[in-house]
Amino acid sequence: METLITILIGVLVTVAVYLLLSRNLIRVILGSAILSHAIHLLIMTMGGLKKGDAPLLGENSNSYTDALPQALILTAIVISFAVTAFLLVLAYRIYKETGTDNLNELRGFNDE
Amino acid sequence: MMNNIIAFPMIIPLLTGIILVFFRNKVIVQRIISMISILATLGISIYILQKVLSNGILRLDFGGWLPPYGILFVADSFSMLLVVTTLVVTAILLVYAFSSIPKAFEKMFFYPFLFFLIAGVVGSFLTGDLFNLFVCFEVMLLSSYALITLGGRKIQLVESIKYISINVLSSWFFLLGIAYLYGSVGTLNMAHLSMRVAEVGQGPVLTVISIIFLLVFSLKAGLLLYYWLPGSYSAPPTVVAALFGALLTKVGMYAMIRVFTLIFYHEPQITHTLIGIMAVITLIGGSVGAIAYNDLRRIVSYNVIISVGFILIGLAVSTESALQGTIYYLIHDMIVKALLFLIAGTIIYLTGKTKIEKMSGLIQNYPVLGWMFFVTMLSLAGIPPLSGFIGKVYIGQGSIEAGAFILLGIGFLSSIFVLYSLLRIFMNCFWGETIISVEDEVPIKKGMIVPIVLLGILTFGLGVGVEAIAPYVSDAANTLMNPQIYIDAVMKRN
Repeated sequence: METLITILIGVLVTVAVYLLLSRNLIRVILGSAILSHAIHLLIMTMGGLKKGDAPLLGENSNSYTDALPQALILTAIVISFAVTAFLLVLAYRIYKETGTDNLNELRGFNDE
Repeated sequence: MMNNIIAFPMIIPLLTGIILVFFRNKVIVQRIISMISILATLGISIYILQKVLSNGILRLDFGGWLPPYGILFVADSFSMLLVVTTLVVTAILLVYAFSSIPKAFEKMFFYPFLFFLIAGVVGSFLTGDLFNLFVCFEVMLLSSYALITLGGRKIQLVESIKYISINVLSSWFFLLGIAYLYGSVGTLNMAHLSMRVAEVGQGPVLTVISIIFLLVFSLKAGLLLYYWLPGSYSAPPTVVAALFGALLTKVGMYAMIRVFTLIFYHEPQITHTLIGIMAVITLIGGSVGAIAYNDLRRIVSYNVIISVGFILIGLAVSTESALQGTIYYLIHDMIVKALLFLIAGTIIYLTGKTKIEKMSGLIQNYPVLGWMFFVTMLSLAGIPPLSGFIGKVYIGQGSIEAGAFILLGIGFLSSIFVLYSLLRIFMNCFWGETIISVEDEVPIKKGMIVPIVLLGILTFGLGVGVEAIAPYVSDAANTLMNPQIYIDAVMKRN
């Protein structure tokens, strides 16, 4: 199961890198969103997938699943959600202001 | 030692930020609240610093979860010195903001964002948990995204997209490092990590993970990977640029110093050599940049990069005196970079120009500003009795002890480039015939010159009164050199 998820992570990272390298601003943002999904899966896989029962006091089991990666992922998801939302608004403002979403045309430092 | 007080330097700015949101249209109220809050936080932080020196490292386990299970804050001399400096610099920058930030910005939540930024910076200094460090970084970065785009001028938007993209990517690498580290040693508490890494030995896998962290913190600090820095530090309003120049790269450097002295200190011939090489390239690149441009904001931004390279020479060498020098220089650099950015911003405000060759003879119109720039220049170049001197002496002494003469030579050579790049500004902008006639002269606001003079006094005071902070700095360097002190303070059950 871990191997399968790891391959999936690899595929997601590949897709994300392809999107990040494009010139279109929206694609770059989508790329960063997919990249964050890949890392969340990686954190979960690194903690080990389901190894036992839910880590609750009432359960009487010999082994419990590690709950910490899920707590980490939850925090990371919220953060990446906020950043993606901010980026989308920024992309919209840039489009309104400059009339382009092509990163090649947004290059360079002008002294106004 | 458990103590609830060490949560205050982060909680007060956070609450202040939230409270300020409700006073959106009452600018005067916002100013009063933010000033009171920052001074109160500063007072508490100085008290904590004092307590750390007398009682040893303080810690706070949130929710009563004992380490290594819960998240905790740890206050040692190193982090508290940086917290205190951050708050001093912010308090002075606030004064400058009162007179320079347009009313429209103040109504668009400038102060709340500033306080969230401070909460993130202080949280990063105080946390004792690697994932919590990531969260504090994000708090700081999201506020910085908002601050860099505030105003929405075209150049700000275009520069901010680079700044945000590069930071999103580096946050991704941070999570990657955390995931691998958790997978290989099964903990994220820094003290516990240090113990576990020492137990299993820092093998090839852990060294690779440490290099992922090096990559992340280099992106944040501007070590070698600084291409995003000059552009994004040139775009925002003066106060925001000063805040970024003074604080943000320092947080990256703090994290790097912490991680490579506490956790990954077993393979210095790989990791610390790499840091040394990166520092040298940064120094060369920064020096070339600082003398290549004619744009005031660019020159100032490249000076930030040079200081990053110089400070991390101390980490690359990692002897006790080099680390002392690093701490002195970090404190000095926070103060003097804020000062440099404020002066550059004020010059641009007064003349309306950014190219240095289009200005001349400003010292006849604005003598105080000119002399303060002169003081800044000497302080950055490391002339005694100003504050840059002591840090350079200690880093130099540490490099000699370790026999790192190439690092030493290039580090000190960079001072000459700093001096030359700033001397060029001084000659072009302040000397010569004045080209501003008396009736065209824009009057300099009191609220602008007072913070500049305050920071100038501070850099002088820090140079002359270095004895006053010497016990704190040597305690901090001692803790950095002996990770066991930190581990004992965190893992001790009491």
